[in-house]
Amino acid sequence: MNNINDIKKIIVDKPLKLDCGKIINNFPVAYETYGSLNAKKNNAILVFHALTGDQFVSGINPITKKDGWWSYAVGPEKAIDTNKYFVICANVMGGCMGSYGPSNIDPTTNKILGTNFPVITINDMVNAQYNLLDFFKIDQLFCVTGGSMGGMQVLQFVSNFPDKTKIAIPIACTASHSAQNIAFNELGRQSIMADANWVNGNYSNEKLNPDKGLSVARMAAHITYLSKNGLQEKFGRKLQERDDLKFSFDADFQIESYLRYQGSVFVDRFDANSYLYITRAMDYFDLIKQHHGNLSKAFAQSKTKFFVISFTSDWLYPTSENKDIVIALNAIGADVGFVEIESDKGHDSFLLNVPVFLDTLKNYINTSYLNN
Amino acid sequence: MKLEFKIITDLVEKNTRVLDVGCGDGTLMDFLKNNKKIDVRGIEISKNNVQKCVEKGLTVIEGDAEKDLIQFPDRSFDFVILSQTLQAFLNPEIVINELLRVGKKAIVTIPNFGFWKVRLQLLIKGTMPITKTLPDEWHNTPNLHMCSIKDFFNFCNNRKIKLDKSLALHNEKTSSISNINLNIKNLSAELGIFLIEK
Repeated sequence: MNNINDIKKIIVDKPLKLDCGKIINNFPVAYETYGSLNAKKNNAILVFHALTGDQFVSGINPITKKDGWWSYAVGPEKAIDTNKYFVICANVMGGCMGSYGPSNIDPTTNKILGTNFPVITINDMVNAQYNLLDFFKIDQLFCVTGGSMGGMQVLQFVSNFPDKTKIAIPIACTASHSAQNIAFNELGRQSIMADANWVNGNYSNEKLNPDKGLSVARMAAHITYLSKNGLQEKFGRKLQERDDLKFSFDADFQIESYLRYQGSVFVDRFDANSYLYITRAMDYFDLIKQHHGNLSKAFAQSKTKFFVISFTSDWLYPTSENKDIVIALNAIGADVGFVEIESDKGHDSFLLNVPVFLDTLKNYINTSYLNN
Repeated sequence: MKLEFKIITDLVEKNTRVLDVGCGDGTLMDFLKNNKKIDVRGIEISKNNVQKCVEKGLTVIEGDAEKDLIQFPDRSFDFVILSQTLQAFLNPEIVINELLRVGKKAIVTIPNFGFWKVRLQLLIKGTMPITKTLPDEWHNTPNLHMCSIKDFFNFCNNRKIKLDKSLALHNEKTSSISNINLNIKNLSAELGIFLIEK
């Protein structure tokens, strides 16, 4: 399989009312699974991906030919052991890997939707993915988990479907997107929209691509995923294949070259409009406001066991914001554990080889499954 | 398991909700969960210990009792346990008040600074005492507010904190502490174990 049309998907025929008010019908939810569902159907784990992820969690991504985005954590004998658990991951609504998104073709005009795609929310994403439970005839998931925007979906999932998962593991996330995070997302969006090739989101129909804008957006965002110490240690002031400064605007420093590379590979696999829509969904995420200022109410109907994980060097979704979730859960006597993992790899820690994190995740999931 | 934990376990009723403050590697929590069907939660400041608790399948929050107890509602636990940690807090009085707010009852154990071996070391050697329950040297001890059994006993009485049970532990033997034998127990016991409520 190497064609986007070969991607597994369900077409949801139940109408879904989006937060913006629009009702959608017959929309696709693209997904991938790993491992197998047991006879009791009590070993399913729904993984939610982050901003630029997709449904290809583990193994080789058939489209990009690169490792799945959570290969360190998901696979045979890994933290989320696919020999034991049935892992499902869907491409989020708004994404560009087969689910309903701005790169879909509008059947009424035969043109790519672009900015005619509705503004969506984390709530809409979760409601769309919920249809996979019906599709697999799973009454209750064993676990929902995900990092960053994936963690936000975890929180929204339990809030929307309080009895549909035994355990929930939100990682490096927040219950309410901060001003700083909205600011960074806005920077990315403005960069894309400032690219003349964006043409009001209509670039695909005009055979253009706002590569420059999207790559600058990615470069800026990438900095926020790392930590100052991590960058300093990895790159410092090291020069890129040269002995001295060139007194030009070429990439003199390794960090510049690294960021340019990250930007350039990103445009090959990601749709600029998807980037706009998904960052907007993150910005709109405010589970506290959804529950009139009381986050505890989001979980009051649920018996789900929670385990919240944050990272010391994550300044994008800092420990304090993760702890707010813990505090809200403790306020209603929920079963909640929390750990802050020591790591200098910044927000990206959850995606990387951070052994203490992976061990903790594994132990929590396996001991919870024993008591299942 | 150490005798202190067995005594604590005996003080806790079955099928209750318990918070273990400074739960360490979860040894006591594990025992309470498996032997008394207790819905037990822990708070622990050391990341390493939190991970050991997770390995045992225990529900633990990484946090600092001095800052983080505030998030629990009033009387949300039947028992709150504080084992040999009171003396390490910046403000033990606030912590005790928090324990008695969050828990209907609290179980507090303290290494007794009135123990004769402790007194003798300071008196004869003139150096800060080092014993089984006080193993660290003056410069690396986490202890900030050492107290004796008598200090804690008086502290509770002065603040109208009810002492439901006061036990002295020495050489694997326990005995009750009362107003009458307080001075003797304060000399002879290594550890004091108190079941208190407001």
